[in-house]
Amino acid sequence: MKERRSATALWLALGGVALAAWVFPYAWMVVTSFKTLPEIMSNPTAPYARRLDLGAYREVFATMPVARYTAVTAAMASAIASAQIALALPAGYALAKLRFAGRRQAFGVVLACLLVPTQATFVPVFLMFAKVRLVNTMTALVLPFAASALGTFLVRQALLAVPDEIIEAARMDGASEWTIVYRIVAPMLRPTLVSLFLVSFVFHYSDYFWPLVMTTDDSVRTLPLGVALLREQGTGVRWNIVMAGNVVLSAPVLALFAVVQRHLLRAVGR
Amino acid sequence: MTPRARWHPWAMLGPTLALLAVFFLAPIGVAAYESLFSWDLLTPPRFVGASNYAALAARGELLHVALRTTAYSAIVVLGTMSLGLALALLVDRPGRLFALVRTSVFSAYVVSWVAVALLWMWMLDGNGGIFGRALHGSPLGDPGWALPTLAVVGIWKLTGYSMIVFLAGLQGVPRSLHEAAALDGAGAWGRLRHVTLPLLAPTAAFVATTSLVTSFQAFDVVRIMTQGGPARSTELFVYAIYEQVFLDLSVGRASALTVVFFALLLALAALQLRVWRARGEAAR
Repeated sequence: MKERRSATALWLALGGVALAAWVFPYAWMVVTSFKTLPEIMSNPTAPYARRLDLGAYREVFATMPVARYTAVTAAMASAIASAQIALALPAGYALAKLRFAGRRQAFGVVLACLLVPTQATFVPVFLMFAKVRLVNTMTALVLPFAASALGTFLVRQALLAVPDEIIEAARMDGASEWTIVYRIVAPMLRPTLVSLFLVSFVFHYSDYFWPLVMTTDDSVRTLPLGVALLREQGTGVRWNIVMAGNVVLSAPVLALFAVVQRHLLRAVGR
Repeated sequence: MTPRARWHPWAMLGPTLALLAVFFLAPIGVAAYESLFSWDLLTPPRFVGASNYAALAARGELLHVALRTTAYSAIVVLGTMSLGLALALLVDRPGRLFALVRTSVFSAYVVSWVAVALLWMWMLDGNGGIFGRALHGSPLGDPGWALPTLAVVGIWKLTGYSMIVFLAGLQGVPRSLHEAAALDGAGAWGRLRHVTLPLLAPTAAFVATTSLVTSFQAFDVVRIMTQGGPARSTELFVYAIYEQVFLDLSVGRASALTVVFFALLLALAALQLRVWRARGEAAR
């Protein structure tokens, strides 16, 4: 019995260490964001801010159009996530439920695209968009992701478990194929689709790489780019302002994560 | 089932296949084509054959970039796997604290790379950073330490992923096996070594290959924290491509690097597919 109690104490201690290792950086980010610059200069490692100074946040909102960047970022991420679901449903349905010549080859194309990351396509895609003058547009940010190989694959896998009889019954009742896909099949795949939407939304909301390479000016700048620029501006890094920008960038994502954790964890742990 | 009309499947698949072809398959061909030209985006392209590849290989640049990327990936994969496994074993028990650890470790995987990279830059800052001061200067300024430091940041960001996958794997270890081993007199350590770990092998292989492919594509952390420096010590593959096209305006070189990068990824993917197949069979 005594041994068990000491083991429990050990697990609790290790848990505390792990918690500190992952929570401390966030705490430090928040504390820094409430400090003033002179405060950081004179005693950079002070464990708390002298008072809740909002100067750094005011500076973030003054130097960066936070509302516009957030709107652009949220619009981009939701457009991508919605398009992926709207397109993956019929594509996954055709691959899982319909028999036709060329199905194997079509599925092969989807699988092949799973292996091609955007890091291997950005140079040619940038050249393609430059040729048709679409660099610095929402199109360049959204269109390359509108179809998702992974989404299509997952919808197909989920649909394999749906019995044909349901679809046959719907056909007998006179439902069109589009009604079947969007009105009958989609609600049955709700958990899969919700996870897909959330994973995609969070990923693209936080994405730095693609907006960076597809934009050269301020016209469709996203929030992660704007926050990264806070550090590159001016002389001498004002870390309280950078950390305030960091809070503005990550707080909504962390809040969303806290609410929908279950869905994200299931999507990843699959 | 039979489609109601012959064109139905193609109408359903059309948009997806077209977009995938344009944005994922065609670009590989375009890169291979452009890699045969010398082009600065301003003057007309000039055909140069394989000399872009030859130049990259001759200056040893290609080899160095590949080695650096491999080193970064190796540290990240080993770090995230061992930490992720240890954390999964730790938090796979009831209790508020362990649920909280699970959430906070995984939260780093969800948060933007921008936030993570900037936060660590500040903590490592040589003047005011809480770790940088303790280390007497930022390790990011040291050519020998910059790459391992980026890898540590990568480990902090990505461990949550491997922890969650290992946790899912642990749910697949039957309780009855543990009980049987305990009846045979196996202690906690013996059960871990002879029951849990062998059954987690397919999961571990899955995590290893997935993390390898992910970390091979690292870019954000380099772009934000070091821009490839100091002395090119953190110039990883994707950053080298980015530098060639956007800073040196050398489309041909960038395309040649892209082609090599893609070939390496395909080799990794072949490995990955074998492992995934094995995992699928083990799950059955």
